[in-house]
Amino acid sequence: MKIDRRCFLSLGIGGAAGIALSPLPWKLADDSAIWTQMWPWTPVPADGEVTYVKSACTLCPGGCGISVRKVGNRAVKIEGVEGHPVNDGGICPLGLSGLQLLYGPTRVKTPLKRAGERGEGKWIKISWEEAIAEVAKKLGDLREKGESNSVACISGSDKGTVPSLFKRFLSVYGSPNFMRMPSIQDSYEIANSISLGFIAQSGFDLEHADFILSFGSGLIEGWGSPVRMIRANSSWRKAGIKVVQVESRLSNSAAKSDKWIPINPGTEYALALGLAHVIIRESLYRNDFVHAGALGFIRFRDLVLSNYSPDSVEKITGIKKETIEALAVDFARSGRPVAICGRGHGKAQSSLGELLAVQALNALAGNIGKEGGVFAVNDPAYIAWPAYQVDEAGAAGIKKERIDGAGNGKYGLAKSLTNRFAGAVNSGLPVSLLFVLESNPVYSLPDTKAVKDAFKKIPFIVSFSSFMDDTALNSDLILPNHVYLERYEDVPATAGLSKPVVSLARPVVSPQFNTKHAGDVIILIAKEVGSPVSDAFPWDDYQACLEGTAGDKWKMLNEEGFSSDPAFTAQAVNTSPGKFDLSGGVADLSILFTPVNLEGDPKAYPLLLLPYDSFRIANGYIGDPPFVIKTVEDTVLKGKDILVEINPATASANGLSAGSYAILKTPKGSARVKINLFDGIMPGLVAMPRGLGHTAYDNYLAGKGINVNELIGTLEDPASGLDAAWGIRANLIKA
Amino acid sequence: MSKPDDKTTGISAGTDSTEAGSSSAGGIEKGQGNGDSGFVILFFIIGFVASLIIGWVVFPKLLYSQKAQPIDFNHALHLEAVSDGCESCHLFREDGTYAGVPSNAQCVDCHQEVQGDSPEEKKFVEEYVAKEREVPWLVYSKQPDCVFFSHAAHVKKAGMECITCHGPIGESTSLQVYEENRITGYSRNIWGKNIAGIKREPWDRMKMDDCAECHEKEAGKRSSVQTDKEACFVCHK
Ligand code: SF4
Repeated sequence: MKIDRRCFLSLGIGGAAGIALSPLPWKLADDSAIWTQMWPWTPVPADGEVTYVKSACTLCPGGCGISVRKVGNRAVKIEGVEGHPVNDGGICPLGLSGLQLLYGPTRVKTPLKRAGERGEGKWIKISWEEAIAEVAKKLGDLREKGESNSVACISGSDKGTVPSLFKRFLSVYGSPNFMRMPSIQDSYEIANSISLGFIAQSGFDLEHADFILSFGSGLIEGWGSPVRMIRANSSWRKAGIKVVQVESRLSNSAAKSDKWIPINPGTEYALALGLAHVIIRESLYRNDFVHAGALGFIRFRDLVLSNYSPDSVEKITGIKKETIEALAVDFARSGRPVAICGRGHGKAQSSLGELLAVQALNALAGNIGKEGGVFAVNDPAYIAWPAYQVDEAGAAGIKKERIDGAGNGKYGLAKSLTNRFAGAVNSGLPVSLLFVLESNPVYSLPDTKAVKDAFKKIPFIVSFSSFMDDTALNSDLILPNHVYLERYEDVPATAGLSKPVVSLARPVVSPQFNTKHAGDVIILIAKEVGSPVSDAFPWDDYQACLEGTAGDKWKMLNEEGFSSDPAFTAQAVNTSPGKFDLSGGVADLSILFTPVNLEGDPKAYPLLLLPYDSFRIANGYIGDPPFVIKTVEDTVLKGKDILVEINPATASANGLSAGSYAILKTPKGSARVKINLFDGIMPGLVAMPRGLGHTAYDNYLAGKGINVNELIGTLEDPASGLDAAWGIRANLIKA
Repeated sequence: MSKPDDKTTGISAGTDSTEAGSSSAGGIEKGQGNGDSGFVILFFIIGFVASLIIGWVVFPKLLYSQKAQPIDFNHALHLEAVSDGCESCHLFREDGTYAGVPSNAQCVDCHQEVQGDSPEEKKFVEEYVAKEREVPWLVYSKQPDCVFFSHAAHVKKAGMECITCHGPIGESTSLQVYEENRITGYSRNIWGKNIAGIKREPWDRMKMDDCAECHEKEAGKRSSVQTDKEACFVCHK
């Protein structure tokens, strides 16, 4: 008798048999199958009651109404609100992705103070009390030294209560330097000042027009209020309304239009004048707004008749004179034609000449202030706060000239010329403290290097950004605002709308981090700075200010989510007949109508770089969230490489082929790019999308592509101070 | 290459013959097998019994961890106090969705302050109501996320009783210990207390087969062409 190997084999077999007859293997198999559903990275939907919160989107100037679906306390989906006057149920990809901004990793979670060098990304957390006290102390010191006017604010918008609180703060504190980020509305404002005699923005009743003549406006790419434009586009399709797109590249808008007229870039003004020539020569204009006897009209008429015949315009624009003649007749003979300008999204300014030439077409067509036409739209009317007392220091400060020059001398008609800001600071105008509100100037102003240099000269920069964006990264103190889905705020939609709407952003979820409403922060800073500044802020907090400002409309705003009552929002101003001055007292019309001489030596830089806007790339304060960046075609962004569009002819002339790398050089800088051949772009042009090449934000966005602002500059329009640069000279060298 | 092969064959053949000589065939012939095979059988039995014990007794103990509920809730007591049965607290919202386990908001109507002398109630009021924290109840019937289950369809439309799936929980005065499957994270109640998966009452288990049992019988629609039963997508959306 001995225990040998067989015994152990037998033990094993017995064990196996026993296990097989127990539930162990079957249960384990079942459990491991379920276990595979439990990977920690598997997204698990939230559980709870489903509710909807009506709010407003602030991610672009569009001003859409949104309805956010919540499960329990988690916001899970953003939808458009049916019946909202701007978007009526529609939403754009950016608006849809707002939750990624709310819950994403780029949020600034608590007030931060810079610890390392600027831009190094080293921060220490500080309390709100410390942060506010520090800002107030700096402000107090500057005021004591009589340097209150060296405090400035760059804001994404100048409408609504929060920007107005900042503006009010600066005014009573003693600084005129409240600036808003540039947009085509800067240009419309100056043009309206000249032709109508009062400052107003322009709104377009595009839904009722029956002929759309667009001078490079991205009707589909998101001009003004993107969802509204998409809806208008569909209504034009349904009604068979003619859309003519004048643009030097086949953009989506051009592709969707009924007629695409390629034009030499930057000569849009000349085409408009050529059209005016034909309309006046053929007496096709309506007398409603232009009196044949008015001096302005006579001067304008003489100019276009003598200098802008279709023949000469053909030479400038490259458009056949027959096309010009036919287009002019088509336009003028339509019942409610409208001409619109502002390239791409309308976030860049254009020269005053271009604006006046295009607005002249509207005036000649007699569609100012009429259904389907152009309206002069005042600022929202509902913000009427009590007057405040200024002390001597404040009064002295506010009287000083603005950093950007707006409102003074030759820039007298401009409200804000933020395009001039970097140049002014670099030339030595002092800015000691800068507030940055809901904007990302380091990224989105042209000529990044100049902007960064200017920022280096500013000793103290306070960012109110909710996100670690390019500007926040380059600031000294971040006082993070709640994201729009966590806060109350009025959202006036003014971007190109003929009937402004004010919507109410309402908190969908409670603040996720230790952030504070920028409205509350500025009130707290004012209280800390003390009298007389604090006296101008009688409200306990922002909420009290907002409710008081909305007055009897508050209930309605809360219930409906918006108000479009013109008495509350903004009045479209009636333009009386004959009051549209085509040459608006401008002494020398020829300054207005000269081609912009782009920066760069044509020999060293034989090509032209043209930035363009895309529906899929957000390029304002907000950059593309992960969902949206995924929608960008690989002919625009491939991996980390940005692709530039060039015509095959340009490619062969420069020894380039599809997919090859090249160095794109401009007088402002150079970048490595990939080549995308595109027949829809004129030879000699290089097109690059705006909105890529962020240095901040998350891994989905940072480091992808090139920021076109690093390659372009600003070019001051001599007639207005506006930025007239629509591109820059460039060269492409095979890499 | 052929050499090592040959060698291997040679060795194994040799081993075989040696083994054969001393074991089974030879052993039986020599009549010495009883003691040896006795051991073999004994070891088989030891292995068999030990693994049965492991499989039936030890394994379930290891598989499940025991967790106490944050509050020991007395269903029976509450059921007496309410007028609408289970639905008084486990209610359907206006939009037809089922609210599941009540949230504090429902409880505070009565329990804003401590009313009785139950230490559990005191704990609930002090730890959760006062601190505005929801109670992290452990849910015995929680199913994997791949399952879409509508209470409304079963209770409102098909008129089923709560007890059919959940058992007479309403009569209990104390909550049972929550046994969590260490591998899946779900409650033992899904597989059933019986480790063999045998059930006596319909509410003893909540696995897919248990749903299917009823669905095969009751649901008239046979929407799957392949199985002639209800299709997978009824529950797995
Ligand atoms: S268009 Fe602008 S406002 Fe409207 S949903 Fe999109 S991002 Fe928001």
